[in-house]
Amino acid sequence: MKKYGKFAALITIVVGTVVWLAVTGGKQSQAYYKTVNEVHDMGTKAYGQRLRLEGNVATGSIQHVGAQTEFVLEYQNTRMKVLYTGTDPLPDTLKDGAQALADGRLGQDQVFRAGAVQAKCASKYETKPGLAPGQTAPNINTGKSSI
Amino acid sequence: MENLGSLAILLAFCVALYAATASVVGRIKRKPFLIVSAGRAVYSVWLLVALASGILVSKLLTSDFSFSYVAEHSNRSMPILYKFAAWWGGQEGSLLFWTFLLSTYATVVVFTNRKRHRDMMPWVVAVLATLETFFLLLNNFIANPFRMLAVDKLITPVQDGQGLSPLLQYPAMAIHPPMLYLGYVGFAVPFAFAMGSLITRQPGDAWIHTTRRWTLVTWLFQSTGIMLGMAWAYHVLGWGGYWMWDPVENASLLPWIAGTAFLHSVMMQEKKGMMKVWNMVLISTTFFLCILGTAMTRGGLVQSVHAFARSDIGKYFVTFMAIGIAATIYLILDRLDYLKSESELESVISRESSFLFNNLILLASCFAVLWGTLFPVVSEAISGEKIALDADWFNRLMVPIGLFLLLLTGLGPLFAWRKTSIESLRRNFQIPGIAALVLVGGLFALGIHHVYALISFGFCLFVALTVLMEFYKGSMSIANKNSMNPVRAMVELTHRNTRRYGGYVVHMGIVLMFIGFSGQAFNQADTKEVSIGDSMNLGSYHLKVTDIQMGDTPVYQWHRATVEVSKGGEVVGTLEPEKRFYMASKQGTSEVAIRIRPNEDLYLNFGGMSDDNQRAILQVYIRPLVSWIWIGGLVLIFGTLICLVPSKVKMQYARTEVVGITKSHATIQN
Repeated sequence: MKKYGKFAALITIVVGTVVWLAVTGGKQSQAYYKTVNEVHDMGTKAYGQRLRLEGNVATGSIQHVGAQTEFVLEYQNTRMKVLYTGTDPLPDTLKDGAQALADGRLGQDQVFRAGAVQAKCASKYETKPGLAPGQTAPNINTGKSSI
Repeated sequence: MENLGSLAILLAFCVALYAATASVVGRIKRKPFLIVSAGRAVYSVWLLVALASGILVSKLLTSDFSFSYVAEHSNRSMPILYKFAAWWGGQEGSLLFWTFLLSTYATVVVFTNRKRHRDMMPWVVAVLATLETFFLLLNNFIANPFRMLAVDKLITPVQDGQGLSPLLQYPAMAIHPPMLYLGYVGFAVPFAFAMGSLITRQPGDAWIHTTRRWTLVTWLFQSTGIMLGMAWAYHVLGWGGYWMWDPVENASLLPWIAGTAFLHSVMMQEKKGMMKVWNMVLISTTFFLCILGTAMTRGGLVQSVHAFARSDIGKYFVTFMAIGIAATIYLILDRLDYLKSESELESVISRESSFLFNNLILLASCFAVLWGTLFPVVSEAISGEKIALDADWFNRLMVPIGLFLLLLTGLGPLFAWRKTSIESLRRNFQIPGIAALVLVGGLFALGIHHVYALISFGFCLFVALTVLMEFYKGSMSIANKNSMNPVRAMVELTHRNTRRYGGYVVHMGIVLMFIGFSGQAFNQADTKEVSIGDSMNLGSYHLKVTDIQMGDTPVYQWHRATVEVSKGGEVVGTLEPEKRFYMASKQGTSEVAIRIRPNEDLYLNFGGMSDDNQRAILQVYIRPLVSWIWIGGLVLIFGTLICLVPSKVKMQYARTEVVGITKSHATIQN
């Protein structure tokens, strides 16, 4: 049995270390997914919390101020100013109307300071050609509107 | 044509359903004609799916924009390669591509095994045909690629399509999805054989022998696909990195990790008759992770930069996986008696034990990545709050795990089976161990104090030396015996046992990749707004902006900076990073400029113009040792190819084939 005791001890050490790393690393690395209107509804509770803010880039709002970039995210008629403070280049997919995720914290001045910004990959834009955005194309194959 | 295409996939769906049913009924009722017809049905599915794919591809190539798929994913100005690649560029097309690959694999399997495994094959066909049915269900009813635009009725004809995103118009990106898909889909075959073996209560390892090479090829495709994805991210996205633990990247990594564990643990079954249950669990895990990966990319299960807009498709995948996993668990539990181990673990320091730990660590890392990836989904289900874990979390976990695996790569192959003596440990590890310690000491003295980097470099040297010593000892003994020159002796050595020595070469590739990964510890970056004549310093480089230009082509507008690079007062070259803005898709791309050297890459990205259009935003990165990742990747591919060459000497394993223990009710049923 001694042999199996050794195996059990080694396995416990390995699994234990992984679990320990996962749990202790969890707290600082967690960010809550919130849409712009949800953050707005949180009121003062939102200040200083690590959030992943989701919304669409408001048309014409992307501005470069010095080496920093500012833009506005909107979601269901709520808007929030985002100041990008990170050093990596912003993704090329970040453009007017793009769905974006900003990772950062909301300040008392209602400006969301993000250290990282992601924008949805452009290949995933599934708007229909020849139609206004948001309008779905009728489908003569199945009679149903397409996804 | 669209009707023919739709009809083809509809018929294929019916025929696949027939193949699955006929195969099962034929096997249970002992009706050979049904079994044979099921095999032919598999061929027919391939013909029909190939026809449908051919129609879609020809419409893409001829730019027929009355097809909604063509209008969304292609345009007239795209080179022919990308028009073809648009087949897998969007949701509907890529799912059809999945089905096409699956039906091709199924056809190959049925054809090559037409005279073998008579009892098992009907179940293999049934599993593959069921999978085909599921994907054809999606192709027909959820994501039909043959939707037409209602031209002349509600909307005007489309003059030109939207085109594939310019970010994806990059050669590595055109072949990255098919490589990953070949890998994803390929694991269906060993899984089908494993299930066939379970259902028919096969005592031996026939399923492993039959699918060994298949698994290796699939793994090779997957490795290549993942590396192409990394190379694309590095060369195209302009942020100077190659991996960010995005859910979709993780989706490709998960089955790769499980598949790697499987490749190692089957050796235990082949040589010692151990870990039989474990191998069943591993191949099933790998297969379902492949399906999960497809669901994550296609189904919007997890928020991601890559993931498609939320669509209903996710719930079909979830249902399919739930049923599949339940059936697999039931089968494994019901057949446990057939999967009894033939030997026992004898010592903690043995080859068996190193395989055990290799598997344990790989599985732990697989679970960790899965947990981190699905954490938003899990946390939302438990607390109602969607919480994401960032890249730091993954690195914190995966860096130590990766280093431990690297160490095992060096230790494992040198442990003897059953039990390793202290004497042989000393003989094998003395030189590499001392050399590694000397290297770490030397690097520390030179001012490198990054702990993980030091450990990594130490382990890299250790593993590299153990591998080289194996080659050296083996070839010298052959050279002396047959008076050959050492190089020929090495080729001879490898040829005698290609799996073993090919495996060492793969390990060498992993070592080189780790050298590249460790370079991350010494990354440097800076961002500046510059005008013509400005200069900046980073690391040992002095950069001077000599020109900023703009212009346009019919397809895109561009801004370009010309930067003179000097090192130690000497001009070493010019780099011209460029920013493009594609008119058709209203999308910007970065054309980064990289000065590639084995010790470090100097990576320039044109971030954009300042608002007054006078100055350029220049992002400069120094990325040490990155090239070694790509070199390591090529070595890994080369090593895997060696493993695929048949060995000159047929390996005779000492163990005897043990016939499974039959339960009383489990005598041959039919």
